[in-house]
Amino acid sequence: MQFFVNLGRDTLNWLRGVGGASIMLFQALVGKPQPLKMFPLVMRQLYVVGVQSMLIILISGLFIGMVLGLQGYTILVDFGAEQALGPMVALSLLRELGPVVTALLFAGRAGSALTAEIGLMRATEQLSSLEMMAVDPLRRVVAPRFWAGFISMPLLAFMFSAVGIYGGYFVGVQWLGVDEGAFWSVMQSSVDWQHDVMNGFIKSVVFAVVVTWIALYKGYTAAPTSPGISAATTQTVVYSSLAVLGLDFVLTALMFG
Amino acid sequence: MDNLVECHDVYFSRGDTPIYEGVSLHVPRGKVTAIMGPSGCGKTTLLRLIGGQLRANRGQVLFAGQDIGKLNRSALFETRKRMSMLFQSGALFSDLTVFENVAFPLREHTTLPENIIQTVVKMKLESVGLRGAGQLFPQELSGGMARRAALARSIALDPELIMYDEPFAGQDPISMGMLVSLIKSLNETLGLTSIVVSHDIHEVMSIADQVCIMANKTIVAQGSPEELRAHESPLVQQFLSGASDGPVPFHYKASTYHDDLLGVSR
Repeated sequence: MQFFVNLGRDTLNWLRGVGGASIMLFQALVGKPQPLKMFPLVMRQLYVVGVQSMLIILISGLFIGMVLGLQGYTILVDFGAEQALGPMVALSLLRELGPVVTALLFAGRAGSALTAEIGLMRATEQLSSLEMMAVDPLRRVVAPRFWAGFISMPLLAFMFSAVGIYGGYFVGVQWLGVDEGAFWSVMQSSVDWQHDVMNGFIKSVVFAVVVTWIALYKGYTAAPTSPGISAATTQTVVYSSLAVLGLDFVLTALMFG
Repeated sequence: MDNLVECHDVYFSRGDTPIYEGVSLHVPRGKVTAIMGPSGCGKTTLLRLIGGQLRANRGQVLFAGQDIGKLNRSALFETRKRMSMLFQSGALFSDLTVFENVAFPLREHTTLPENIIQTVVKMKLESVGLRGAGQLFPQELSGGMARRAALARSIALDPELIMYDEPFAGQDPISMGMLVSLIKSLNETLGLTSIVVSHDIHEVMSIADQVCIMANKTIVAQGSPEELRAHESPLVQQFLSGASDGPVPFHYKASTYHDDLLGVSR
């Protein structure tokens, strides 16, 4: 009996959280457009959220591409199919690893930073101070960070995939001796713009919304104490990662199933 | 007398814990009103109710005749342009310089040209003695300087009301003296109305025109500093004299010491 009581309470708390997060996002994004005020704020956040995440994304993409090239070659060569290495690397990255690993890295690098920053702004009364200055913190603090995450993650996912393909190329072609012409031409004929590239792009847009939304909500509602901010930051990474992996299965089933 | 802020029979609770049970007070326009009381009695909560950051469960909080609790979001934000609050931490934006912090409300709410904004900010910084610190970041300021910089930002839009939340907390005597004289002089020269929440009895009593003492979820005494000094309530006298025991007990509510040591009740 106690199990059902706990289940009911947890479900209600979860629904309350989703409702609160939806209201927060609605109030942040819907309202009179203020492009002149919003543009510099979004540009600044694009630098913080996007540009400063580039290094980890590019290095991770390169190594994952190299590992894919190495693992793919050792499997394919047994069947004399090493010329299929190009499409294997490209499709793995464009359809799955690019959007998913970028989202996981983004949650760890930028998502946690967003939560901690906004949580600290609450703890140091900066958000209250904005409210008392008749400046809506949802429009001033939350909205620019949301748009920055929304714009930057798909771009980072593309960079991840592009660098990963070059990683696979270096290992497969330059090191293990797969034919260069075959590597690129088979890849070109196998990868479909709509089916592979655009579906990967749609995935990364969905992940961008979810990860940035969770990070902002957790920061905005963090208890204004050291343990509160610490817990909120951890929850951002855990919930974002689980949401990305769960949604990836659903989207993959819808797109490729 | 013309009152800028009035609270009528305000009830407020956090969850199941009542904070106010019938608080009524008035803040005369152009005067310094001090709110004092034991820790945790809800002094800061009162400021947040006046600023509309919290809503009363019952009763009215009026600012210039407007019921703050009944304003919608946009009307509330419009009303907040006429009031200001100095937070205990200063709440300066850590990514902006002192100058930009003070310029922030001007940039947000006015269309003044840049040269006018520069002039206004310099005037505000000069009035708190920090014109030379405009290019410093908040983390480079001492506690007293940060409080003064926040004060300059609070008066940037020339509000009608300034609410000070524990302005003297953690300040050395020199900084405290500066802040005391600033609050008084700004109130007089700019024609402001001030509400000061503080524990520092002597400093606050020296500048306040009216003092309200909160305890037991309500206002237990209200009047001029002289009237309060002569007040007959033991609670008021305990608070003003700083006695460690009295109506506000030294010991937190517990079973008897004897029983506790013998393990009779846990």
